[in-house]
Amino acid sequence: MLSPELMLLLTILVPACAVPAILATGFSANLREGVTITASLLLIVLVSSLYGTVDDGTIVRLAGPELFPGLSLNFSIEPLGMLFSLVAGYLWLVTTVYAIGYMRGHDEDNQTRFYACFAIAISSVMGIAFADNLFTLFIFYEVLTLSTYPLVTHAGTQKAKLGGRVYLGVLLTTSVLFLLLAIIGTWYTAGTLDFAAGGIFPADTPTVVTGSLLVLFIFGIGKAAIMPFHRWLPAAMVAPTPVSALLHAVAVVKAGVFTVMKVCVYIFGLDLLNRLPTTDVMLYLAAATVLIASIVAMRQDNLKARLAYSTVSQLGYITIGALLATSAGVVGGSMHIAMHAFGKITLFFCAGAIMVAAHKTEISQMRGLGWQMPITMTAFFIGSLSIIGLPPTGGTWGKWFLMTGALDAGQWPIMAVLMLSSLLNIAYLLPIPLRAFFSGPSPQGPLRIKEAPLPSLLALSVTAIGCLVLFFLTNPLYRLATAIL
Amino acid sequence: MTAHLPVLQVIVPLLAAPLCLFLRIPRLVSIFAILVSFAAFLISCGLLSQVLNHGTLIYEMGGWAAPWGIEYRIDLLNGYLLLLITGVSTVVLVAAQSSISRELPENRHTFFYTAYLLCLTGLLGILATGDAFNLFVFLEISALSSYTLIALGNDRRALTASYQYLIMGTIGATFIIIGVGLMYMMTGTLNMHDLAQRLPEIYKSKTVLSAFGFFIVGVCLKLALFPLHLWLPNAYAFAPSIATAFLAATSTKVAVYVLIRYIFSIFGIEFVTTSIPLSEIFLGLGLAGIFAASINAIYQLNIKRLFAYSSVAQIGYMILGLAIGTQLGLTATLLHMFNHALMKGALFLAIGAVVYRISSSQLNHLAGLGKKMPWTMAAIVTGGLSLIGVPLTVGFVSKWYLVVALLDKGWWPVAVLVLLSSLLAVVYVWRLVEWIYFTPPRIILDEVEEAPLSQLIPIWLLVLANLYFGVDTRLTVGVSKLAAQSLFGVTP
Repeated sequence: MLSPELMLLLTILVPACAVPAILATGFSANLREGVTITASLLLIVLVSSLYGTVDDGTIVRLAGPELFPGLSLNFSIEPLGMLFSLVAGYLWLVTTVYAIGYMRGHDEDNQTRFYACFAIAISSVMGIAFADNLFTLFIFYEVLTLSTYPLVTHAGTQKAKLGGRVYLGVLLTTSVLFLLLAIIGTWYTAGTLDFAAGGIFPADTPTVVTGSLLVLFIFGIGKAAIMPFHRWLPAAMVAPTPVSALLHAVAVVKAGVFTVMKVCVYIFGLDLLNRLPTTDVMLYLAAATVLIASIVAMRQDNLKARLAYSTVSQLGYITIGALLATSAGVVGGSMHIAMHAFGKITLFFCAGAIMVAAHKTEISQMRGLGWQMPITMTAFFIGSLSIIGLPPTGGTWGKWFLMTGALDAGQWPIMAVLMLSSLLNIAYLLPIPLRAFFSGPSPQGPLRIKEAPLPSLLALSVTAIGCLVLFFLTNPLYRLATAIL
Repeated sequence: MTAHLPVLQVIVPLLAAPLCLFLRIPRLVSIFAILVSFAAFLISCGLLSQVLNHGTLIYEMGGWAAPWGIEYRIDLLNGYLLLLITGVSTVVLVAAQSSISRELPENRHTFFYTAYLLCLTGLLGILATGDAFNLFVFLEISALSSYTLIALGNDRRALTASYQYLIMGTIGATFIIIGVGLMYMMTGTLNMHDLAQRLPEIYKSKTVLSAFGFFIVGVCLKLALFPLHLWLPNAYAFAPSIATAFLAATSTKVAVYVLIRYIFSIFGIEFVTTSIPLSEIFLGLGLAGIFAASINAIYQLNIKRLFAYSSVAQIGYMILGLAIGTQLGLTATLLHMFNHALMKGALFLAIGAVVYRISSSQLNHLAGLGKKMPWTMAAIVTGGLSLIGVPLTVGFVSKWYLVVALLDKGWWPVAVLVLLSSLLAVVYVWRLVEWIYFTPPRIILDEVEEAPLSQLIPIWLLVLANLYFGVDTRLTVGVSKLAAQSLFGVTP
């Protein structure tokens, strides 16, 4: 049996080492995809066995090289990071299976580069999840931005180039200008960047300093897509659908809200957050993001664009959870990281399946599509329920705890926003599967079922079932989420 | 033998330079030059380890004691830079043979190596010497040989570029010698150490002040501080690629060294900050240089010029570190001198490989090269990322220390501006990326293939150094800190 420290290191190294192997096996598609699948299976084994160690409360720490005096690349396992790595690890395998169907079905070029960059991105996600200090987290955060750029611009067209500009422009601007400044400011004020329960700022730090650092952090973590720095997410939709699914519904955006959570809980601490005057300002900004993004989503006819704005809105929920600064809010936010991941990846998988099988991208073209792609559309329905937060899907729990958190904090306006936004979710998601089944030309003669390639279909069924299973089997996630505080 | 290392450091390339003329055969000369430069590198390693173990080394030339004879004085600051200059010079020379065989007619190869070694001699001499006049002599040796190196470029505009540099460089040198002369008049000594001891008595004198003024302007011309940078873009653009790589990585750093040496070891930081508002001037010019040159870089159509403007901007960062006037600020400057040499060395060598293959350094001719020369292009992108200051590259280390120093001084608006300016670097680097990877070829590239190994290996050595020193900062940060400490400690 490997020591937990070694396993922790391997979670980062396994996807990283897959990169040269993928590049070397680029000549044979089957071999190359075999490498990716092997690596993702190994990663699942690793994160699952690590989960055992967190559960019994062992502390696992790994010290890396010291970059600057006092600042090292250190890793450790704590519940929130464990939860994030579990989600990303499991969904990497599912997405790889999906990608095999999608990329071959679409006859995409440069598939070797695609799988290689994907593996780098997953490696950096693991680095983010297990970072023991803000410095380590920032390094992997930037690696994630850069490694996903070739994925966003995969098509190499003019449109992809422009999308890539927005993507990189917004993410680098926010991270270099605000996040880096906030981190250096924190380092200068607190003298440390290590994540610690209850925060790291000395008690006598002026509120002006901590208050403005919070603003810098929230704006600086561009991956959390708080308005007005959300434009990169719709722009990233030029990427192939597996990228949109895993990275822009799960890994990259969740890395953003994960960082927000980490900063709120382990850098500021909930007590300090409660006292800061800027917390409420940021909280209402996140609430505004939730509402505005939902309204914008309703007006999108392109399915992927609608899902992208829906993601912006749902990320706002998690930021709200962190900024409510109550324990229920943190629990709700972290549960929503996992629940939204399963729901949204299902929806993106379905969008990609429709694109490959029926060559449709606009919602208005999808009337009656349910009879041609029944499995896909059923999965879409389940995914939508989970995003809305209706039983019997996992999404229920995240929203439940978020609302409890808002009540605990006495934030009635936030409560109202959460409820209103759920209604908006219904309005922009449910019509899609409903119209696919109940409107448009009813089937004439024998049904002609034409679903996406089998690997893709398999993947989207797995995640849809996952949404249902998570409603009943929430305990492992709940235990992790409550262990954070 | 080890006692003579300080002089060997300078004398070996100086004697080797004319020997090149006797060897004549280009291939032989090339190997000889590499060996000489490598020997200089080994000597500098020996020197730095001696300095780290035993403190400052003092070498009396010809056995004449200091006020009469010339003294060489190796401390941490110049020991560190000697290592950098000889190291980069050796790596660049490895790529030289194939590159100049494409860019220069065969009968000029020997001259190229002679001028190169003389330039190296000059730079090493500036660093090693402890005598103000001797420094001027070496400054001229390096300057004259670099005019030659630039004029060797096969574009006819290289001649005007070289001439422009000659005029500006000579004005700078004249100002410096006026400064040295005034100081000699007042103190009767040319030895830096003696100067530092005698100057405090006459700080109030107007002559000393004007000596300092002449001096600062002269050196700032040499180091291409905005707005005295006008000679630099053309010189870098039209010189042979190898010369550009060498000069960009070394010569401006040595000029910054001269500035630091004069400010800290001769005049003393106290005089400098109380007599004239140097800190404010450097702050203003540094920031103006960073922004003006970065914005200029965005609009360049020639990649050599693009990175030349970026060099001007990077000099702005070094000057900004000096403007802060604290130990942390000086550490940031010293770090960035080292790190920037690695970035620009890698970038200009990679551009040299591009010129070797497509005989052009026009930005739009890069289109489509991402597929044809993947390794060279990857080197350019990595060098560019380092220039931007992405984590795990040396650029990040520099940026981190500069911003920490600025916050420590309480200049947080300047820190914001520094971070903002690195976004300009994103713009000009990404313009390159889009041309390389997203645009269909503008010229016929069928015959183009990856650069030869003799160029790829040095390029990637420097690229990997960019990454290595971005993670393991013990040498760079450690020595910069110690050097900054001693510079602040030595002066009263």
